[in-house]
Amino acid sequence: MKKKWLIVGALVVVVAVIIIILTGRGKSDTLKIGVIMSTSGPVSHFGSQCRDAMLMAVDEFNARGGVLGKQVELIVEDDEKNPEKTMNALIKLVTKDKVKVVLGGLTSDCTLAITKEAQQRGILLFTPTSTNDMVTDAGDLVFRACFKDSFQGTVMAQFAIETLNAKKGAVLYDMNNDYSTGLTKSFEETFTALGGTVVATESYAGGDKDFNAQITKIKAEEPDVLFLPDYYNTVSLITKQVRNQGLDVTMLGPDGWDELVGQAGEEAVGGYYCNHYSPDADDFDVEQFVAQYRERYGLTPNALAALGYDATYIVLEAIERAGTDDPQKLKAALMETSAKYVTGHITFDENRDPVKSTTILKVVKGADGKLTTEYVGVVNPD
Amino acid sequence: MDFLQQFCQQTLNGLSLGSIYALLALGYTMVYGIIKLINFAHGDILMVGAFVSYFVLKQWGITPVTLMLSFLPAMLFCLTLGVTMEKLCYKPLRNQPRINSLITAIGVSFLLENGARVLPMIGPNPRVFPTLPVVNYNWFGLVSISQVQILVFVVAIFLMLVLNYIVSFTKIGKAMRAVSFDKGASALMGINVDRVISFTFVLGSSLAAAAGILFASAYPQIEPYMGIMPGMKAFIAAVLGGIGSIPGAVLGGLILGVAETLTKGFLSSQLSDAIAFGLLILILVVKPSGLLGKPMGEKV
Amino acid sequence: MSKKKTTVVSGFVVAIVLLLLNVLVALRIIDEYTSQVLTIAGINVIIALGLNLISGFTGQLALGHAGFMAVGAYTTAALMMKLNIHVFPAIIGGALMAAIFGFLIGLPTLRLRGDYLAIVTLGFGEIIRVVMINLPDLTGGPAGLKGIPTYTTNFFWRPVVSFALVYFVLAFVVVLLSNLLRSSHGKAIISIREDEIAANAMGINVFYYKIFSFTVSAFIGGLGGALYAPFFGYLSPNMFNFQKSVEFLIIVVLGGMGNLTGTVLAGIGLTYLQEVLRFLKDYRLVIYPLILIVVMIFQPSGIMGLFGNREFSLATLINKLNSERPTQEKSSDKAGEVQ
Repeated sequence: MKKKWLIVGALVVVVAVIIIILTGRGKSDTLKIGVIMSTSGPVSHFGSQCRDAMLMAVDEFNARGGVLGKQVELIVEDDEKNPEKTMNALIKLVTKDKVKVVLGGLTSDCTLAITKEAQQRGILLFTPTSTNDMVTDAGDLVFRACFKDSFQGTVMAQFAIETLNAKKGAVLYDMNNDYSTGLTKSFEETFTALGGTVVATESYAGGDKDFNAQITKIKAEEPDVLFLPDYYNTVSLITKQVRNQGLDVTMLGPDGWDELVGQAGEEAVGGYYCNHYSPDADDFDVEQFVAQYRERYGLTPNALAALGYDATYIVLEAIERAGTDDPQKLKAALMETSAKYVTGHITFDENRDPVKSTTILKVVKGADGKLTTEYVGVVNPD
Repeated sequence: MDFLQQFCQQTLNGLSLGSIYALLALGYTMVYGIIKLINFAHGDILMVGAFVSYFVLKQWGITPVTLMLSFLPAMLFCLTLGVTMEKLCYKPLRNQPRINSLITAIGVSFLLENGARVLPMIGPNPRVFPTLPVVNYNWFGLVSISQVQILVFVVAIFLMLVLNYIVSFTKIGKAMRAVSFDKGASALMGINVDRVISFTFVLGSSLAAAAGILFASAYPQIEPYMGIMPGMKAFIAAVLGGIGSIPGAVLGGLILGVAETLTKGFLSSQLSDAIAFGLLILILVVKPSGLLGKPMGEKV
Repeated sequence: MSKKKTTVVSGFVVAIVLLLLNVLVALRIIDEYTSQVLTIAGINVIIALGLNLISGFTGQLALGHAGFMAVGAYTTAALMMKLNIHVFPAIIGGALMAAIFGFLIGLPTLRLRGDYLAIVTLGFGEIIRVVMINLPDLTGGPAGLKGIPTYTTNFFWRPVVSFALVYFVLAFVVVLLSNLLRSSHGKAIISIREDEIAANAMGINVFYYKIFSFTVSAFIGGLGGALYAPFFGYLSPNMFNFQKSVEFLIIVVLGGMGNLTGTVLAGIGLTYLQEVLRFLKDYRLVIYPLILIVVMIFQPSGIMGLFGNREFSLATLINKLNSERPTQEKSSDKAGEVQ
């Protein structure tokens, strides 16, 4: 009988040893940066472009001899656009790979799930693309490279009143999406504050395909502008149904409209939206970035790729200035950022949100009959 | 626009959506009537149909003629898919507990969705379904009806008439009704039950393919997960009308479509899904056999 | 050994194993990442056990356990954040709330024969998400609920406490379910799965036992969610979608419907595999449904079917190890089965 207990005991020891071996880790002298990106799942298309741009930026640094004399190594973890997996990825990067700086995540819900954890663990979290207003609330180690949602809503309301001379505005938004609801709130506030009237605010649930009921209601109020704060795939459906019902209105949108021209038909022509950058902008940094990205990956980078590229540059340059990747010192170096990047000139305000301009684009029909965007102008923050 | 005008317009929009639900609900109701299985994958057949038509139309270009012609390959592809699905996945489980085939159906549904998603030619990103130019007709200044809505009505009514003819007047249709009534007895009477079940999947799947093209024409965006919601709504429509009853499925589909659109138009869009499921619970409590279904006793 | 003695020894062994695992976590021999994954696995197993009760043992397919998880999680979070209730009563409160929801859903649907439960629970899972989104004061709305107080704010102890609590509850649920299923109530429940009409004819109140089983199942689902909220510290409505409900179903099916041991093994295995198999990218989405179909067609009793559908039983193991001593009772029962 004792023998059998011995065997059981031995088994336990063997399992423990295997676990120890499996969790062992090697050492290297590269500068490790963690990346959490949605490279699979529903937004994999965006996540992959953003990650590719980050890898490109790192290769450019490494070709120049790296940062602080070390080669930079990106350790990319996939979060599947799932907050739970984002947290797992963060803990893995921090405890197993021992990184001190993490770039990511892509979408606001994933990033919000880890901001507090990163702050408490003393990790510098830099999200390239999460626009939700609350992302940087968690503490002084959370930064972002993009403007926030409320800024976009404000800009588009300003644009509608001041440039388009709109009096009556309508909004059709996704009530299940904080991005859409946040934008709606800031658009309505600014639109009303500047003397306009919001005559109709209608909503739908994410995934809906039929907006005829809401559009019928909006049409009855005869608005001058219709704000559609959602991503391009839903917007392309809405624009079609708006025109089907014969509603003649100028449509406005946020950065979610990026890539709308590849999706929508002629209905979208005449719409305006704001974006982080325009690949057609007459700007040396943009031209160079777009050319290199095209050469390397064979497609035109979208706004998220540009933000990923900028985020990598901002962080790596700050590490060079600080002389270390220690988050506490890096934080101060980041606050001193003031330089021109692909998505514009960037400085950080006291909330660690970037102060940067936004580009306004108009959807037009190109010479070849396909939809394209026309650069309307830049709106600078107050 | 006054209230009456809005009400008529919303009702028309609802009937158009409801016809699509009805086409889909027919497939649910026939399959359930015969093998007592909620075919969760039925909604995804709608997606497959839409994609087949999409690829055909990309080859041929979009004209009214090609759009009508594209129904043929889509329906053929989907009926093959439906029969394959039945033979490979449901037939081996016919004598197993019902829960096993139900779980398999969920598996098949996910397989179709995620399979389409990882196929390089389809992928996760939504595509724009080619549409004809928009023409609106005004009726008595009361409602405006679009070309797409007319297409939906014409095709849906035509297919329902064809189905009615098949089920009521052909030999195989009679066999279907017999099997649905009593599988064992009809086998004893010399009906080839396997063939009848396959034929049911043929009918259901080709109707779903047609519903897919209509759905894609009305809401011209197609992606791998587009079938889930219409599938669920169509199932509710089938239960509402009385599961197993063919006229019930049509009635249930139309009621659900109108109820949903009116809720969106006059109450709140947030409630529209809740209304659909609320209707389901209500009908289960008040009249579980549905509006046109016959109450059936339990058989050992 | 007497039966009583065997039970005591089993309990002792379980306690030792749990303690040992916790020491390993505390010493970081099981590193933080692994313990994080294992804790999530434990929660998944708890909820899958609940699902197994209604689907595996009672034979009624339920597709909304992510919804019960959400109810449990959000209720716990709300109790802790709005009413400042201590974490343990809040967890009980969350589980009870899920049980109430289960009862209310079961009432109209379980009265009927057929597969209505599947579609209604599916609808419930989807609608509860919409409800969560539209109660921003309680749930933080679509952006999610941040800043839920965690079990402890101490970094060193947090993984240990979460791990210990989750696996303690898991052991408790396993003991509860295995005892329930061996009682006369359990036999009644299983008879419904085998033949509802025959069970009815034998005088079993089929509707009562279906409701009972579904309510307990919802309670356990809510318990899993309630443990999740203070463990994770963040909730968002979209974490509890249909995909999540199906993941629980896959655990139950793969492990073997109506087998507790299988659910535990499959739950831990699948959760860990998800982390390891990430390189498969979106192809893993195809693997899951294939598991469902292939298992159902070729091996309907799941992995435990390969082992004669037996349950792992510590009591039997102890008695076997003890077999050199003459035993008075033949212990073929399943007392104290754990993992």
